[in-house]
Amino acid sequence: MVDFGGWDMPVNYGSQIEEHHAVRRDAGVFDVSHMCVIDARGSRVREFLSKLVANDVAKLKSSGKALYSCMLNEAGGVIDDLIIYFIDESFFRIVVNAGTRDKDLAWMRQVAAPFGVDLTERTDLAMLAVQGPNARAKVAELLPVEHRAAALALEVFVGRQLGNWFVARTGYTGEDGFEIMLPAGDAVKTWRDLNARGVKSAGLGARDTLRLEAAMNLYGNDMDESQNPLESGLSWTVSFDNPARDFIGRKALESLKTAGLKKKLVALVLEDRGVLRGHQKVIAGANEIGEITSGTFSPSMEKSIALARVARDAGATVQVDVRGKLLNARVVKAPFVRHNKILVS
Amino acid sequence: MSNIPSDLKYTKSHEWVRTLADGNVEVGITDHAQGALGDLVFVEVPESGKSLKVGDAFAVVESVKAASDVYAPIAGAVVEGNAALTGTPELINSEPYGGGWIARLKPNGAPQGLLSAAEYQAHLAAEG
Repeated sequence: MVDFGGWDMPVNYGSQIEEHHAVRRDAGVFDVSHMCVIDARGSRVREFLSKLVANDVAKLKSSGKALYSCMLNEAGGVIDDLIIYFIDESFFRIVVNAGTRDKDLAWMRQVAAPFGVDLTERTDLAMLAVQGPNARAKVAELLPVEHRAAALALEVFVGRQLGNWFVARTGYTGEDGFEIMLPAGDAVKTWRDLNARGVKSAGLGARDTLRLEAAMNLYGNDMDESQNPLESGLSWTVSFDNPARDFIGRKALESLKTAGLKKKLVALVLEDRGVLRGHQKVIAGANEIGEITSGTFSPSMEKSIALARVARDAGATVQVDVRGKLLNARVVKAPFVRHNKILVS
Repeated sequence: MSNIPSDLKYTKSHEWVRTLADGNVEVGITDHAQGALGDLVFVEVPESGKSLKVGDAFAVVESVKAASDVYAPIAGAVVEGNAALTGTPELINSEPYGGGWIARLKPNGAPQGLLSAAEYQAHLAAEG
């Protein structure tokens, strides 16, 4: 067990690698109740979110649709990354990280005040992420008959309230699956019911190797308030399309773009034997050009992989200082693994 | 409960030591240590001939979670590193006291200051 944002959480229940493979090949369940669920309500909630986050909530047109975005400070630094679900014009649901809960809520309340938006933390809800190729079918078995078809009909990145469960086809593993928000009192029984159907309990360790293979950023490792999304591999989540939308951090990002971006986040595969870890230095020739932000051993590829923030002009091969030795690594296109397929040659 | 064979000697840093028939010693990490590290994915074993003082970091074991040094429990020279660990580091998880041995050393004199199984057990209990 480790302390994770104030929550006692298991790194693994048994073998971390077996938990990883279960999610890639079958189904696993993660207790992600530490994630902070915030319901935003008010007649001007869309306007508020349009200001609050760098992606554009105008993309959310049909009920249940989800959007991944960063929430930036005025300097363009990342306060947190989050998911927003559009429920209706007066109700959006936001999920933020546990470790940033306090500062997120304080910031969001400050931004929300002029819009008269009410923010309510849903501490009454637990959250389970059930992930893997067989995950949706296993979850559907636990739903009342009348909700099964609706759950299985959910499109990617869409959520829906079904009875007292909010079921969303989202996740952090690169596999298909659901994230379920449910009354906290139902969580233990649901967990056991999933186990009884062959869904393997999976801990933070497997969650990290799965998300890194999927090249999904982890807040605090791959970006934080000292970094902007454009140099964190998250340009795709920043929407400049509407010139009239004055989201927080926009001016700073535009200035950065005008001045020229200096860094980029890249995916690395280690060619030599060893394991890449966060904060190891990335070297090109005689120069230090950046550092690993997240590194691990990929159970799917049986090689070490990493995300690294490096100089924008970095080439296709680099070296990494691994415990005093310079090992060779290759820059590859992310993600490494998706839907149980290795995408890196 | 971790396995602590009574015929081996131990260190507080969780290495075990076995005296072989030829007078050399075999060194590995304990069942407790492999359990704490989790699935081993990489082991850097020492090269033959390397001379070691007590406490020298002479090997590296890496699990998915973390890297950890292995310290020389005795002074001596490396006779052989366990080449099998290059391809199958998980031997340390499955057979920490058998196929998962890390190196064989030729000791300089009699080993000193090692813990008995009972003392190592007490050390683990005290570490919590």
